[in-house]
Amino acid sequence: MLVTTTKGDMDDSLLEKLEGTVDNDNELTTWVEYWLDGELVHRSAHVTLKKTAVFGGGETASFA
Amino acid sequence: MANTQSMCTSFMGELMTATHNFGTAPTRGTSATDTFKAALYLTSATVNASTTAYSASNEVSGTGYSAGGVTVTAATPPTATNASATAGVAFFTPSASIVYTTVTLATAFDAVLIYNSTQSNKAVSVHTFGSQTITAGTFTLTMPADTTTTALLRLATT
Repeated sequence: MLVTTTKGDMDDSLLEKLEGTVDNDNELTTWVEYWLDGELVHRSAHVTLKKTAVFGGGETASFA
Repeated sequence: MANTQSMCTSFMGELMTATHNFGTAPTRGTSATDTFKAALYLTSATVNASTTAYSASNEVSGTGYSAGGVTVTAATPPTATNASATAGVAFFTPSASIVYTTVTLATAFDAVLIYNSTQSNKAVSVHTFGSQTITAGTFTLTMPADTTTTALLRLATT
């Protein structure tokens, strides 16, 4: 598989691959890195947000 | 039957589509959907509830990234749903992931600002995540399910 890197497209067989996951209350994140001779040449990340923005507590005044 | 004091859920949904205007501006010249964009911010930035509009200050920069970020796909209109006579939720979620393709963002970032580029870049919301860098890669923000409890933006009465 070809990987886009800082040195152009490279076959992944030439690269060291590292992967990781972060899973907490706020997000599920996966990332992948490709290294060439100790140099980071590709890093991608995929974030899925869990905690979203909610604006709550809308109220109306009472005449009572 | 009984009457119940409440903010009407339909009103909250209509706030999301600019149906009501208690003030004097803006005057909308079109019924078309506004264009919303998503900009990434460095960990050193301060974007939060007090942010009123997009700013390039402390926005990420790097190969393949254009200032202002990318357009948010808003193909699905907001929804408003009643939970009871006094409670309801209006909600909206972009209809596609927000994707920054083939970028190099060497300085750590941890926030995205959603803003309305049609309406003077006025701010909508800030979403944070763990610090990231990208190297000749793709950064993808996948949207949550568009429901009353998980949508990206929710206006709720309780």
